[in-house]
Amino acid sequence: MAELSQSETRSDARDAADAQRKSGLNARWHRLSINQKQVVWAWAFLAIPIVFYVVVRFYPTGNAFVLSFQEWNLLNDREWVGLENYIDLWNNDVFWVVFVNTFEYLIIGTPISLVVSFFIAYHLDKVRFMHGTIRALYFLPFMTSAVAMAWVWRWFYQPVPIGVFNNFLAQFGIPQIGFLNSTTIALPAVLAPAVWAGLGFQIIIFMAGLRAIPATYYEAARVDGVSNWTMLWEITLPLLKPTIVFLVVFSSIGFLRIFDHVFNMTTNNPGGPLNSTKPLVLMIYETAFGGRSQMGAAAAQTVVLFVILLVVSLVQLRIMRDK
Amino acid sequence: MFSGLRTTLAASALSGAALLAAAPATAQVEIEYWQYYFGARVTAMEQLIENFEAANPDITVNMTHFPYANYRTQVAAAIPAGEGPDVVQLFYGWLNDYVEAELIQPLPEDAFPAAEIQAEFFPMVSAMEQDGRYWALPTAVRSLALFYNERLFEAAGIDGPPETLDELVEIASQLTERDGAGNITQVGITTGMTGQDHHWFREVLVRQMGGVPYSDDYQTVTYADEAGQAALDFYVGLEEVHGVTQGGFMDEAQAAFRAGRAGMHIDGSFRIGALNDTRGLEWGVAELPAGPDGTRSNYSSYWVNAITSQAEGERFDAAVLFMQYVTSPEAMQIWLDVVGELPARVEVGLTEENANDPVYGPFIRGLEYANTTLFADESAQRQLLVEMVERVQLLGDDTASSIATAAEAEQALLDDYYGD
Repeated sequence: MAELSQSETRSDARDAADAQRKSGLNARWHRLSINQKQVVWAWAFLAIPIVFYVVVRFYPTGNAFVLSFQEWNLLNDREWVGLENYIDLWNNDVFWVVFVNTFEYLIIGTPISLVVSFFIAYHLDKVRFMHGTIRALYFLPFMTSAVAMAWVWRWFYQPVPIGVFNNFLAQFGIPQIGFLNSTTIALPAVLAPAVWAGLGFQIIIFMAGLRAIPATYYEAARVDGVSNWTMLWEITLPLLKPTIVFLVVFSSIGFLRIFDHVFNMTTNNPGGPLNSTKPLVLMIYETAFGGRSQMGAAAAQTVVLFVILLVVSLVQLRIMRDK
Repeated sequence: MFSGLRTTLAASALSGAALLAAAPATAQVEIEYWQYYFGARVTAMEQLIENFEAANPDITVNMTHFPYANYRTQVAAAIPAGEGPDVVQLFYGWLNDYVEAELIQPLPEDAFPAAEIQAEFFPMVSAMEQDGRYWALPTAVRSLALFYNERLFEAAGIDGPPETLDELVEIASQLTERDGAGNITQVGITTGMTGQDHHWFREVLVRQMGGVPYSDDYQTVTYADEAGQAALDFYVGLEEVHGVTQGGFMDEAQAAFRAGRAGMHIDGSFRIGALNDTRGLEWGVAELPAGPDGTRSNYSSYWVNAITSQAEGERFDAAVLFMQYVTSPEAMQIWLDVVGELPARVEVGLTEENANDPVYGPFIRGLEYANTTLFADESAQRQLLVEMVERVQLLGDDTASSIATAAEAEQALLDDYYGD
């Protein structure tokens, strides 16, 4: 009996304290003005994406920078090794091949995809007949899974008897081309479907840019009797500059990060033959998730990729900035 | 608003506590077993666990499996965090890393006497011994053999599979077909270092040419000599000299064989299941052909089970019992019947029935003279042999310099791995 009353008293006291705390918080909340309350709520909602980004993006990014100065195979404790990962990378022959490949993807891929997509967008813009259907057809590859597409193209490129391209050549007695089995042709062969896949998106953006140019400029030009060619160079392209800047930066980043097409078209011999198609991202993947799980070395490669992306984007933005 | 939230939190905390309190009621010992996902392996393990639990009613084994691609990372992340299994399946090549990181503990000597294991298991299992103690044991092992297409053999009037490398070349040339333009449309034998050929080269061809691929501890590369070059000449010669194959024919060697466009194909015992499922394909299996002086060799690999360092007390005792069962003759026979992987114990492997089985027989007989490469990084080491052949075929390098380059790169990789 005594025990019961004691515990009752204790719980009474706790309730009282709770009530007091509650009223304190409530009172403080009620003292805020409506504006202040709105600010509190705004921050409460904003906190969700901020926390998400900090936890999922910024923390791992920072961690990767730290890791690039360490050695870690997932199993052992991390060990500080200073600049060793970077020095090893500098002395690694494969890295330099990969470095050149990465820029080849960029230097071949970006201009070709931009010129082709502009050409298509420019003409598609003038077509009225089945405009929507044609546009959808160009956009389809962009929505297709890169993995599925890479495998289909991989089979296209096979030697006879299964490769479509080589079967076609063989029918006319033309010697086969070892598309994926050549140190020179393999990279463009892998790049082709990647360019094709990106076209749809670029065409849509270009067409939006074209539509945004006021028709009055063209009307005025036509009244002055200016040729189509001059209109293209003097009106269309200059006014498309923001669109072009966006697409150059966007597609450059895409080509510098190319992975799925290469990996899936060369799974048996990733980035081969003889590393001739290996981009930096694939090298990072192999270093990190290959047999030895060299996380530190992979992090160092990631930092290098980060710097490349940063520099290329800044240079492009500076060059193409409005003067 | 705030008080409402707090009440909810308190309520859910209470109900959570109630759940936790209800859980540990029985005196059962529960142990956790992890393996990677492969349909037949999971089915077989379920059967083993059922038998084991029937014999040991006070022990419960929970199996968790992961996709192969994530398996290594998952295990590596979980054990140090104390979340992992008590008994874990590992690839034999990972043993070093796990011993060094103290993620697994040695098997107790009284339950697994080293002398007994040496006497009863196939010889390559000795790779699981370090400092006189065994750290892990396999249920099943794998080896290589020559698959051949019986229909193509019959059509070409060939009696049986080749016994020697010379016969291999001879038969392969009879089976090769080309179209009018000279393009190969059917290969006599598949090749490609990206498949199992790099094992065939390392442990079989190099030894058959009179060489030794590595030092005994597999830390020194020794194949860059005349024997190694002869092995590479033979291998590259299949395409360049004899024209009986084409690297990358039909994308993948096993695909070409399954499509009936290849006369012969060297592959592991794990391929049996896929071939069984291929309609219209009639195939046979033979031991790998002998070398010029009659030398036979083979390559064997395996997955092992080990007790992790987090199994302690009664969980450790239960894990030992479980390990004893999964490495018992009974378990091995179940594994062979369900998965098609070869028993790791000689007495089970070489029973009259198993050793003379038309499909498993050649693989099992190969185990007697098989070698197991101790890889530091199998995919990277395979890649070096892939590139060795590519340098000859795509860049026109001579075999001597190409094998020297490969050996040098592989030695650098081994030094880097064993150096720290």
